[in-house]
Amino acid sequence: MEVLRNKAQDLLAQGQAQIVIGYEAGTGGIRRPSFARTAADTARLVWDADCISNLAGYLTRPEIKRMGKTAIVANASTLRALLQLTAERQLAEDAVLALAVAEDGTVTELATAQAVTDHVAALPDALSAADREQMNLLASMSREERWVYWEKELQRCIKCYACRSSCPMCYCGTCTMDCNKPQWVPVPSHALGNLEYHTVRAMHLAGRCVECGECGRACPVGIPIHLLTCFAEESVHQQFGQKAGASAKLDYALGTFRPDDKESFIR
Amino acid sequence: MATKVATQFEPKITAFVCNWCTYAGADLTGTSRTKYQSNVRVIRLPCTGRVDFMLIQKAFARGSDGIIVSGCHPNDCHYTSGNYHARRRWMVFTELMNFIGADMRRITFSWVSAAEGAKWAALVDEVTNTVRELGPYTEYQRLIDAGVA
Repeated sequence: MEVLRNKAQDLLAQGQAQIVIGYEAGTGGIRRPSFARTAADTARLVWDADCISNLAGYLTRPEIKRMGKTAIVANASTLRALLQLTAERQLAEDAVLALAVAEDGTVTELATAQAVTDHVAALPDALSAADREQMNLLASMSREERWVYWEKELQRCIKCYACRSSCPMCYCGTCTMDCNKPQWVPVPSHALGNLEYHTVRAMHLAGRCVECGECGRACPVGIPIHLLTCFAEESVHQQFGQKAGASAKLDYALGTFRPDDKESFIR
Repeated sequence: MATKVATQFEPKITAFVCNWCTYAGADLTGTSRTKYQSNVRVIRLPCTGRVDFMLIQKAFARGSDGIIVSGCHPNDCHYTSGNYHARRRWMVFTELMNFIGADMRRITFSWVSAAEGAKWAALVDEVTNTVRELGPYTEYQRLIDAGVA
């Protein structure tokens, strides 16, 4: 942890970064985002196994971009999201300095998109074992059982949009959900509207989701909505052979095509 | 005197078709005087690339029991690549809807060219018969009825 704090202090002192985004101790043992702009601020930075949230969402915020060069303490999901945001041209290439912290506390500076790409390639799969198990369980159910499962889960949705706010890829200035001419999806928590909202979210994240699971963690009523986005992402990966968050040079899977795309359902 | 009529379920089928191929194909079916079932409501769009998956959801929400999405064959798109883009989107959309547990037997994707009037008639008949057999989409209706929590 001292190594990380000293590194952040050095970066700020030498002007290599104007702000270091990382984690600090929050209430109840959780880790919350920390924004260090002075040497004193860096004393709050922490790094441990609880630093699981994806911080990349802050990188596209105008108020952060205005502060100057950003360094970010990055876990695997933050690194993947950083690459995907670069691929989607939301961040200039090499605009962010990523600080990857190893288990022994040593800090690696990843200054270029290429360095981040190489680092990410060596990391294990994004989806946790528990989530994988749940996905397999759902896949083994009959269609009717799946419908009842999601009907029950999604009926609890209170439409707080925490999933949308927590997602680093949901950066659109105007979201389809906010469009009311026409009103695509009912504004209040509506049984059908909730299903529509979550399918729209999954479709809009297909080929872009880095499977960090932030939406599922943000959900105040505990719906495993990240399974939907992860499923859509894996569908893209299996069918089109590309994975979001693996490279800073990636065409949007649903914005391009191959004439020989293979399907079996069109008659 | 009122006569008792046997009530058979008649499905509502919504068809999203492209202007250049399937709409012209359906027109050919009509001008050829080919008979097919009248359960289909045709919505003409410029291209299958215009068929947002939200339109499909909206059609179900407004009471469709079955949906047809049809356009130009690959390589025939009036806008060069609209159908290729659409195909990719459906490839993900169908898998996602299946993961949610939606009844995918109610959505039919097809390529019908302007010359395939007979194919259109056969397609509509087949889809109508399938959906008539499946009955009304009660699973979806259940969500509509549940309404605002």
